[in-house]
Amino acid sequence: MELAKFRQRGPFEWVMPATGRMRVPGVIYASRDLIEAMDEKVAEQVANVASLPGIVGASYAMPDAHWGYGFPIGGVAAFDADEGGVVSAGGVGFDISCGVRTLHTGLKLADVEAAKARLADVLYARIPAGIGSTGALRLSAAGLDAMLHGGARWAVKEGYGSEADLARIEESGCVAGADPSAVSDMAKKRQRDEMGTLGSGNHYLEVQVVEAVFDTAIAQAYGLAVGDVVVSIHCGSRGLGHQIGTDYLREMVIAAPAGIALPDRELACAPLKSKLGQRYLGAMRAGINCALANRQILTHLARAAFADVFPRVRLPLLYDVSHNTCKEEMHRVGEERRRLFVHRKGATRAFGPGHAELPREFREAGQPVLIGGSMGTASWILAGAAGTEERAFGSACHGAGRAMSRHEALRRWHGRNVVDELAARGILIRSPSFRGVAEEAPLAYKDVGAVVEAAEQAGLAVKVARLKPLVCVKG
Amino acid sequence: MAWETFAHEADIGVRGTGATLAEAFAGAATALTAAICDPAAVAPREAVAIASTAPDVELLLVDWLNALVFEMATRRMLFSRFDVLIDVAGDDSRLLATVWGEPVDVGRHQPAAEVKGVSYCELKVGLQADGQWLAQCVVDV
Repeated sequence: MELAKFRQRGPFEWVMPATGRMRVPGVIYASRDLIEAMDEKVAEQVANVASLPGIVGASYAMPDAHWGYGFPIGGVAAFDADEGGVVSAGGVGFDISCGVRTLHTGLKLADVEAAKARLADVLYARIPAGIGSTGALRLSAAGLDAMLHGGARWAVKEGYGSEADLARIEESGCVAGADPSAVSDMAKKRQRDEMGTLGSGNHYLEVQVVEAVFDTAIAQAYGLAVGDVVVSIHCGSRGLGHQIGTDYLREMVIAAPAGIALPDRELACAPLKSKLGQRYLGAMRAGINCALANRQILTHLARAAFADVFPRVRLPLLYDVSHNTCKEEMHRVGEERRRLFVHRKGATRAFGPGHAELPREFREAGQPVLIGGSMGTASWILAGAAGTEERAFGSACHGAGRAMSRHEALRRWHGRNVVDELAARGILIRSPSFRGVAEEAPLAYKDVGAVVEAAEQAGLAVKVARLKPLVCVKG
Repeated sequence: MAWETFAHEADIGVRGTGATLAEAFAGAATALTAAICDPAAVAPREAVAIASTAPDVELLLVDWLNALVFEMATRRMLFSRFDVLIDVAGDDSRLLATVWGEPVDVGRHQPAAEVKGVSYCELKVGLQADGQWLAQCVVDV
């Protein structure tokens, strides 16, 4: 990316002054290397988002930002309903509330190494993964609506997990204001067989070991030490969320209000105070609850799989974060506290120490921020940094981001070879599709270490621990 | 009719070209299957009917591909043959199609990423200078 249009404000903060239709500046948090490697489209999309009505502060991009559609992936933008602010279905994306949760196992590396292949096989047998797979749960119409209202709280009531899990999920596992009546019959039909499924693409369940700790005090607060084995689950709201995105994107494109210039149809949005905006918020929140319920059911399946191999092991939840959301939050802007609708598209909420939304035991440390890697590379656990609320409304990066297209990955690698090479490095892959494995090859992703370093240096989050994969179940 | 997928940083683009708009739409649909698996591996054994109406041909392409995404997801099928009819009259573009495919066979099809939805990114539908119709956009995987 050409840097001439930016003014540098510190080594990891790049400001694009508001020009033309932009109502606020654009801000990209990244090292020089990372921003130079970003596509020009990222700057274009940051500027386009900055032109939307009612945007507050700035249009932000995280260190892992890359070319999305409408919003950049890694984009953060907040809107004020009282100032004509909007909600954008494209600014949330198709996979509503796609996210990551990490579970403790209480096991050490040596415990798992001794039974790794069996554990991989049992997890693969228990977790429905990939195209064509179906979940065991079938919900009635009333049951589906109850799930959309209740999220992970509903799942716990149905026997998937325990009350203790809920405190470790954003919004205690259930976002308020969900409106199942705003979710189409097509979306509900698409979810019929998909509760408790992992999906495909970059979604996974990984068994990981804590390879290094960078902040001992926070790691202790999170219950992490070198050699500990954890489980991370990356997936979202499945077909229901995808269809909500599809339905409302179309409606917003067609209903585009006069007076909102859309440089890209994908930026389609609706005023927060309009009927369409309110209906979308209700449906999108139902989508968030569907994702939270889905990850809760997958957690239950992972616990059952572990119990097959390690009968006394429990898997308490460390934390659950969502990436593709629009959330109603209170933020300080200048001297005022304002109610804002914060879009995070491929970005993680990352509240800093002292935030009232955090569970008491994490209030001093800050919110766990779970950064997914790819099969052969590290994942990270960060903590929301002090002062992050003033930087990007309490947000941080979400992953490495792709370094090359699926095309290029398929041209370079064969899935069988990727599986064999990773096995030689002690990482067991279980997937129904070799092509899927090739498209998700570790080297197809950027260096997640550089992204995490930039997030820390920019003051968004603090490095806590690095995780190395041991087993990966891939869709 | 010709089709190809094209590179996008996070996702994948689908493109069809042909002597008619309907051929270009059929090409884009083949490219949609190619984003998931090899279309040549999908036997055209079962037929499904699809009908869409949209205010313009670009939205019609998005609707057409989204209808296929929906049918693939709910029927657990993949498609490889697309018989498409399109009628453009003023502000009303209509599509009628019969698509042919078979249930997903994971071992044989080796499906990679499922398509979550069809975006408006790189969305182009029209007659090109060479006289061929083009239909393309980026899909979210």
